Amino acid sequence: MKIAVCISAVPDTTSKINFIENNTAFDREGVQFVINPNDEFGLTRAVWFKERNQAQITVVNVGLEDTEAILRKAIAIGADHAVRINANPTDSSYVAQQISNYLKDQGFDLIITGKESIDFNGGMVHGMLAELLNVEVVHACTSIDIENGKAEIAREIDGGTEHLTCHLPLIVSGQKGLVEESDLKIPNMRGIMTARKKVIEVIEPMSTACKTTDIGFEKPSKKAEVELIDAGNLDELIQKLHKEAKVI
Amino acid sequence: MAVLIVLESENGQLKSNSGELLSYGKALGSYMETDAFALSINCSEQTTIEKYGLKKVVEVHSEHLKSFNAKNYADCVAEVSQKLNCDIIVVSSSTNAKYMSGILAQKLQAAYTNNVVDIPLEKNPFTVKRSVYSNKAFAHTQLNADVKILGLTKNSFGQNLDQAATEIESFELTADVASSALEIKGQDTLEGQISIADADVVVSGGRGLKGPENWKMIEDLADVLGAATACSKPVSDMGWRPHSEHVGQTGKPVASNLYIAIGISGAIQHLAGVSSSKVKVVINSDAEAPFVKAADYAVIGDAFEVVPQLIEKLKAFKIQNG
Ligand SMILES: Cc1cc2nc3c(=O)[nH]c(=O)nc-3n(C[C@H](O)[C@H](O)[C@H](O)COP(=O)(O)OP(=O)(O)OC[C@H]3O[C@@H](n4cnc5c(N)ncnc54)[C@H](O)[C@@H]3O)c2cc1C
Ligand SMILES: Nc1ncnc2c1ncn2[C@@H]1O[C@H](COP(=O)(O)O)[C@@H](O)[C@H]1O
Repeated sequence: MKIAVCISAVPDTTSKINFIENNTAFDREGVQFVINPNDEFGLTRAVWFKERNQAQITVVNVGLEDTEAILRKAIAIGADHAVRINANPTDSSYVAQQISNYLKDQGFDLIITGKESIDFNGGMVHGMLAELLNVEVVHACTSIDIENGKAEIAREIDGGTEHLTCHLPLIVSGQKGLVEESDLKIPNMRGIMTARKKVIEVIEPMSTACKTTDIGFEKPSKKAEVELIDAGNLDELIQKLHKEAKVI
Repeated sequence: MAVLIVLESENGQLKSNSGELLSYGKALGSYMETDAFALSINCSEQTTIEKYGLKKVVEVHSEHLKSFNAKNYADCVAEVSQKLNCDIIVVSSSTNAKYMSGILAQKLQAAYTNNVVDIPLEKNPFTVKRSVYSNKAFAHTQLNADVKILGLTKNSFGQNLDQAATEIESFELTADVASSALEIKGQDTLEGQISIADADVVVSGGRGLKGPENWKMIEDLADVLGAATACSKPVSDMGWRPHSEHVGQTGKPVASNLYIAIGISGAIQHLAGVSSSKVKVVINSDAEAPFVKAADYAVIGDAFEVVPQLIEKLKAFKIQNG
């Protein structure tokens, strides 16, 4: 089984979000980039398939040179091969086209993405890939098992879970549940050594236009000071929620 | 050119997010000086649509669209939008809408952006404001294609009633939506419970509640308020509550009108996922907990004393206010 895992590099969840150049660019100063958490669950599930079903794992990233650290981490976790498409990933449709251009004709049985990147929270790339590659896609998966070329999947729906089956090839976008947090792989020494020696395949992007452009950013306006309400006067809270905030 | 609002339904009933989508689509139509149409699939609930002053609703009825299939739904929306000459498509922020819209965008060669929080900032070039970095910032984003898809953040726009006679057009699909390689085996849904995604009020508990046996008061409070229940990540990691209740940056996003956080410290990853809730109330024994600063109202006190009292007082309030 050939598995591709698409990984994006995102600011670590505790990062301070600031902008520079007159609020037109993200301030990368002091920000640590990590594998998008949703993608890490998918990658770990892929390694699980590798350990049990001899799957081959390729990780793919559209990014500039500074994302190589996360590709090396992916190898240390268990990926066999890493590919970086050398471009700044500013737009989901651009990213999807680059990835599909690489993946097409390579005979991948399973393509795993995250349900969304936690930076722009798009959740778009996998749906676009599905159209570009003409493959089925299942979004927001919380479990996947594969037997005889058929996948059994659970996906999140608002207010519950849906169970589906589909033949491979298939694209799934994953999240926590594909594996549990406690099963996320921390690279061991051997993995780290392997990762250091591996050559990351770098591919130049195909030329294609971006459909969206971020022209500027703003931070949310400062909210009003919190109103403290005495624990002995909960009627005041109820009145404020009713009359002031109008939410009950 | 026109705006198409894609409505979602469940068992023939429009979903609760429809009012806001219709209000937004209508305002967007006026802003763009064009018409706004609504599309409903397997649902004939015109009275709701009339309340928001839409000119026309297009109804698609098809056995094959009974259960949600993202590709088939995308085919349906694509066909309707093309036949009606709609160049802006408005979708919700539900899991299914997100599932469908990436596919739809590629099909229509459209520019798609979600997490949109307001009507456009500019017509030309078409620019919208959307929330990014898990609500820690907004981006101003230009959409550079002829067809545009906007995913609206829940509770970001609100509702505007605007009664008008609505024309109903029944639409015969020609697209083949009969088959799919995806086979649905079944669904587990929370029978009789409100989902976090649909809820206007969410009551959430954290590690401060000490153990799963103490969740009865959270459920009771949620009951009085008609709210969904949620929890912080450690609470679901420890198995006190199901994973489906975990909210925050790595869990479900919350965009309710009211979010009540009980015994939750307000770690940055938690706040990131709940900050688009309109009003936040914190009940915490520690006045220094980070969530206190991030909240609108805070009660500093022991949850085990405050919550039962709050339930009683809310019950009395409900009786008084019908
Ligand atoms: C990569 C990453 C992603 C993460 N994603 C998420 C996420 O999506 N969602 C999330 O929630 N967390 C997430 N976290 C975890 C987060 O950092 C915090 O650890 C977590 O939110 C803390 O949960 P808590 O507030 O329930 O517990 P605590 O931080 O332990 O807070 C308990 C609170 O209860 C209060 N308390 C104690 N007793 C009482 C009482 N009797 N009455 C009232 N109050 C009381 C305390 O004062 C304290 O403020 C993530 C962490 C990482 C590293
Ligand atoms: N630059 C990128 N390189 C590789 N994969 C990506 C990139 N951006 C997004 N993806 C994948 O697509 C998923 C959804 O991303 P998004 O649509 O940006 O929210 C992510 O979880 C990744 O798996």
